[in-house]
Amino acid sequence: MKYCLVVDDSAVIRKVARRILEGLQFRIAEAEDGARAIDACKGEMPDAVLLDWNMPIMDGYEFLRTLRQMPGGKRPKVVFCTTENDIAHIARAMHAGADEYIMKPFDKEIVASKFHQVGLL
Amino acid sequence: MTEADFTFLRLLLQQRSGLSLTADKQYLAESRLGILCRRRGIADITTLIARLRSAREPALENAVVDAMTTNETLFFRDRTPFDLFRDVILPERLAANAATRSLRIWCAAVSSGQEAYSLAMLIDEAAARLQGWKIDIVGTDISSEILEKARSGSYSQFEIQRGLPIQMLLKHFEQRGDKWQVSERLRRMVEFRRHNLLERNDHLGRFDVIFCRNVLIYFDVPTKVKALELLAPRLAPDGALLLGAAETVLGLATSFACDPEHRGLYRLPGPALRARPAASPPDGLARKERLAGWSA
Repeated sequence: MKYCLVVDDSAVIRKVARRILEGLQFRIAEAEDGARAIDACKGEMPDAVLLDWNMPIMDGYEFLRTLRQMPGGKRPKVVFCTTENDIAHIARAMHAGADEYIMKPFDKEIVASKFHQVGLL
Repeated sequence: MTEADFTFLRLLLQQRSGLSLTADKQYLAESRLGILCRRRGIADITTLIARLRSAREPALENAVVDAMTTNETLFFRDRTPFDLFRDVILPERLAANAATRSLRIWCAAVSSGQEAYSLAMLIDEAAARLQGWKIDIVGTDISSEILEKARSGSYSQFEIQRGLPIQMLLKHFEQRGDKWQVSERLRRMVEFRRHNLLERNDHLGRFDVIFCRNVLIYFDVPTKVKALELLAPRLAPDGALLLGAAETVLGLATSFACDPEHRGLYRLPGPALRARPAASPPDGLARKERLAGWSA
């Protein structure tokens, strides 16, 4: 079973994402900001990260840059999932090593389609 | 909607578009025609059907056909046909048409255009091998309304997130307000024309590849046969036809035969099926383009 870390400061979004991803046969852990997500990755490197952008303490962009520097940190597929929906943000995320990008609001079809594209499904 | 009205509607759709509306689709008819009535200031569906019965109103009939035949489509829908196009058909046509350097593709029942633009993106990825080639992508649909949307190339945030890899979005789309529009370069590669698949089609010319996906499923058997018979003369003798995942020519027509090697691919029967030009294996460049385009 593949392991996905869901990183978002909204408990509601984390719950929705968890339900969708569990339906796609993922094991889930949650983190409410980038710093806690880095701690989680130090414990166990996930196969996938579903990543919000705007969060307190450490945002999604900083998390991604830190993750990619960590040992084994290039392996997880990182899919942004954010309300930031302009080309500049998307290009910046992809440049920093994101694998896919979801613009909120999202549904199961979009998540499945994006995870399929990066080879997680 | 009364049973008599629904029967009248089914007959009208059958005659005008070939669409075979089964009894369980009454809710769909009510929902779609309800929207049409509101848009046109018609009191209700009863009034709409009464008008269609009493006088011949081609514009209103067209609007009803439009409302009942438009279906949601996705970019790179089902993916496999697009992999087949990139890995099998395109190399095959590069070899077969090397002398004429021309490639013509028909997206029959193209709806809002995603299939045609998906193919345009794949062709763009192969641009290095297609320099100096004349490429025509013709998208046709029975609905003028949906073709207007297809021509605009403008899609909602939801639509561009279904099936379209983010790298393709960055490369080929421009953000306009809350919509995403296909680049002018890709829009210039595609021509959209209104056409009913059950009407004569010789004016469209001959194609190397025909995509006709997820439309035969709405037809009854005689209509399926007729549609396939009309497609056959439009396909180059060694060309390729692609149908939807739930569709087949088996038991329907002798106009096409299954490709023995590739599921979902159909050929004109006869010598062409046996003596196709050999497709050269993808070279390093093709592999690189594939990695960049698809799995980035």
